[in-house]
Amino acid sequence: MAISNSSPYIPNTSDEKIAMLKTIGVNAADELFKDIPAGFGNDLSSLPSGLSEIELYREMQILSERNMNQSQLASFLGGGAYRHFIPSVVRHVTGIGELATAYTPYQPEVSQGTLQITYEFQSLVSQLMEMDVSNAGMYDGATSTAEAALMACRIKGRNSICVLDTVSPTQLEVIRTYTEPQGLTVYTTDHKDPRIGQDTACLIIQHPNFYGYLEQMEDLKAITQQNDVLMIVSTDPIFLGMFKSPGTLGADIAVAEGQPLGISLSYGGPYVGLFTCKTEFLRQMPGRIVGKTVDTTGKEGYVLTLQTREQHIRREKATSNICTSEALICTAIVAYLACIGKNGLKHIAESTYHKAHYTASLISEIPGYSLPTNELFFREFVVECPVNPKTIKATLLNKGILAGIDVSDRFNNGLMISVTEMNTKEEIERLAKELSKIKP
Amino acid sequence: MDISVPGRIGIALPPLDVPEQPLPDAGKLREELSLPEVSQGEVIRYFTNLSQLNFSVDTNYYPLGSCTMKYNPKINNELASLPGFTEIHPLQDIETTQGALELMYDLQNLLANIVGMEHAGLSTVAGAHGELTGMLMIRAYHDSKKDYRRSIVLVPDSAHGTNPASAAMAGYTVMSIPSDKNGNMDIEILKSHCTEETAGIMLTLPNTLGLFDPNIVEICNYVHECGGLVYGDGANMNALLGRAHMSTIGFDVLHLNLHKTFSTPHGGGGPGAGPVLCNDRLASFLPTPIIAKNNDLYSLETPSASIGKIGGFHGNFGILVRAYAYIRSMGKQGMLDISENAVINANYILARLKDDYYLPYDRNCMHEVIFSAKPQRSKGVRALDIAKRLIDYGIHPPTMYFPLIVEEALMIEPTESESKDTLDYFISVMQEIAQEVESNPQILKDAPHNTPNTRLDEAKAARQPNLRW
Repeated sequence: MAISNSSPYIPNTSDEKIAMLKTIGVNAADELFKDIPAGFGNDLSSLPSGLSEIELYREMQILSERNMNQSQLASFLGGGAYRHFIPSVVRHVTGIGELATAYTPYQPEVSQGTLQITYEFQSLVSQLMEMDVSNAGMYDGATSTAEAALMACRIKGRNSICVLDTVSPTQLEVIRTYTEPQGLTVYTTDHKDPRIGQDTACLIIQHPNFYGYLEQMEDLKAITQQNDVLMIVSTDPIFLGMFKSPGTLGADIAVAEGQPLGISLSYGGPYVGLFTCKTEFLRQMPGRIVGKTVDTTGKEGYVLTLQTREQHIRREKATSNICTSEALICTAIVAYLACIGKNGLKHIAESTYHKAHYTASLISEIPGYSLPTNELFFREFVVECPVNPKTIKATLLNKGILAGIDVSDRFNNGLMISVTEMNTKEEIERLAKELSKIKP
Repeated sequence: MDISVPGRIGIALPPLDVPEQPLPDAGKLREELSLPEVSQGEVIRYFTNLSQLNFSVDTNYYPLGSCTMKYNPKINNELASLPGFTEIHPLQDIETTQGALELMYDLQNLLANIVGMEHAGLSTVAGAHGELTGMLMIRAYHDSKKDYRRSIVLVPDSAHGTNPASAAMAGYTVMSIPSDKNGNMDIEILKSHCTEETAGIMLTLPNTLGLFDPNIVEICNYVHECGGLVYGDGANMNALLGRAHMSTIGFDVLHLNLHKTFSTPHGGGGPGAGPVLCNDRLASFLPTPIIAKNNDLYSLETPSASIGKIGGFHGNFGILVRAYAYIRSMGKQGMLDISENAVINANYILARLKDDYYLPYDRNCMHEVIFSAKPQRSKGVRALDIAKRLIDYGIHPPTMYFPLIVEEALMIEPTESESKDTLDYFISVMQEIAQEVESNPQILKDAPHNTPNTRLDEAKAARQPNLRW
């Protein structure tokens, strides 16, 4: 009887391997590895043995259950990743093997599915942002902002990047990691009274800002014009279902974290960065771009285009080293927007708005709690608490509530609370009730 | 989306269950929102029909060099979809995400062990992202020594385009090092370029010719002697799984492509993941966070001299789950079986096709083999035509015109997950195409014949960009 293979993922049997080695002209497979110098081999002795699917499933299910997931908790956590509704259709579409297991569409004749979906993605994102053009996607929102800063420095031929002090600390740190090694300078400025310094290429605005509040966009637009710097707006796609878009507000480059559009939280990734700009800056854009063209018979089709910006053509002179567009996540976003549709996105944005404001009004009535500002917000806002927010978070976690994010570095005992359409009235009222039990 | 009709919906949403709150003044609100209006059945049919226009690993053989298009196990997707993995927020208290952190901690150790490095960080989400991170770590290392002269990164002429692009993004000047006639790095030229200005070198092992450079230890030594560091591009690690101790060879830092070597789906161009591994010398520079374990509590930590955050959160966790599941299912013996079968498959193709196509480096290869269509070119047929003709036979084209140093290159990587039967079919097709070059070259130039589109006008696409509806 023939010996069975050990892995279902490797088809060749030992007999087939022997036949192939004979064709190759060697006696044993080891001869094919003879270029690896002696003494530099690896020892896998501490690696565990392989598992069958039954064993693997059992182990990983236990591991997964060691996490408390969002449906087991009342979650008011935001800060850049949000729990919004995901239609079943989205998961179905991303599970289609012909989409999930395809390669980057360098061969357009056998990639029209991926290419057309990407064209659709670019169209939908451009529409949502009301910007001229969109690329095919970046790693995530934070790296989109960092790449936008690099792009602005290239366009303007300047070396400084001005960031409002209300931009998320994470985004700011990623901007620094990406830009400072190239000799560029990053500095922050007061969002209420921005001062643009010398040699500055752009002003980076997060709108709504990290704390959830809308910025004074008309004033900021005027300041960017007076100082001849590009206006980069990092925004939120669900917010755009209800509020004015970056395009309308005058952005030169607009970016966003795409996760809220039907992408699961998944502990921080995979997500996708949305990246749009004015047509005049198209050739300085990083990332993949899909365009519509025709084939030799005149029939319409899609291709990757403007590739002379990219690393595989331009090498060290490319606009970026990026080589992915998080395509399957973009596919999920197209499925989400197609399914949710025009009225659905507005409904979700408005539900989010009303629930967030309802939550804020309940909490502001609790003695000891107050809202630090009357600025307009969308789904996130800050509450000043009677005690340290760390205490509140720990106490509420014991009640099955993720209360929010500690922002006491900027607000006195500040707790940042995020509310979406997924938070029920009961959860919101339970949050308020538990907060009211905490005494200074 | 041209199937949109006003009034249709794709999903029903619940009514608002809280009292309506005052709206801001209309000046803040959006007037126009142009999104599709389609029913749910139409959405599904739209995507399913489009999917059928694609080649994919699930449907076709994909001998795409340097891309490692192996089978993507289905169970790994199912595991990554468990609610305990998908429904956790990246900013949850670590006490509530111990399972995720344990998985990531174990994955750091497994990856380090498999390739023979000492430390790993998982926050980089793509190969090129890992490259950039590795180069930033090298920069931070030299800066920590107050060694600011090192402005040059050496990159072999056979390197992936991302290597020079990543070095440039890290603020370096790139200097190209040629290969010798055997496909190895030209050692004499390398030596002459190793100076006190050398920040480091970026190497792919095996190199992009599919060859293991027998001088690799010497090369690393030269670079180290002049004070530079060695970066490894792990794109080709499928050839070496469990077989080479990269840190002992001399690599200071390298990245892995989980979407290549560790079987996570390519997704039509992402998402992947590109973890960064390093030796003790560079560990304190890894990007934040890395996962630590103290007294049975797993936590997110920032290394002491970290280059900082390189992305929004902790990396592409959903991809990490799939790669972890793959490693656990393959185990110790599985790692060796992967590299053994990948290398046998490539050499089998080499042996069977070397009489039909020109083999620029006539020696055994590792996980991929590079042919040149130079002889066919003299008959008016290009590598591109051969690649497009393969589509007519249901085979995805190999990588073409890369590496740049091989004229009319056809770069073929079979991977371990293809059977001898599939390889035999591929070989017979390639032989038939070689005959067609003689008998009917036009059929190659007109290929592909049965796809949704014939060859597309890429020049028009770039000249008159139409990028949205």
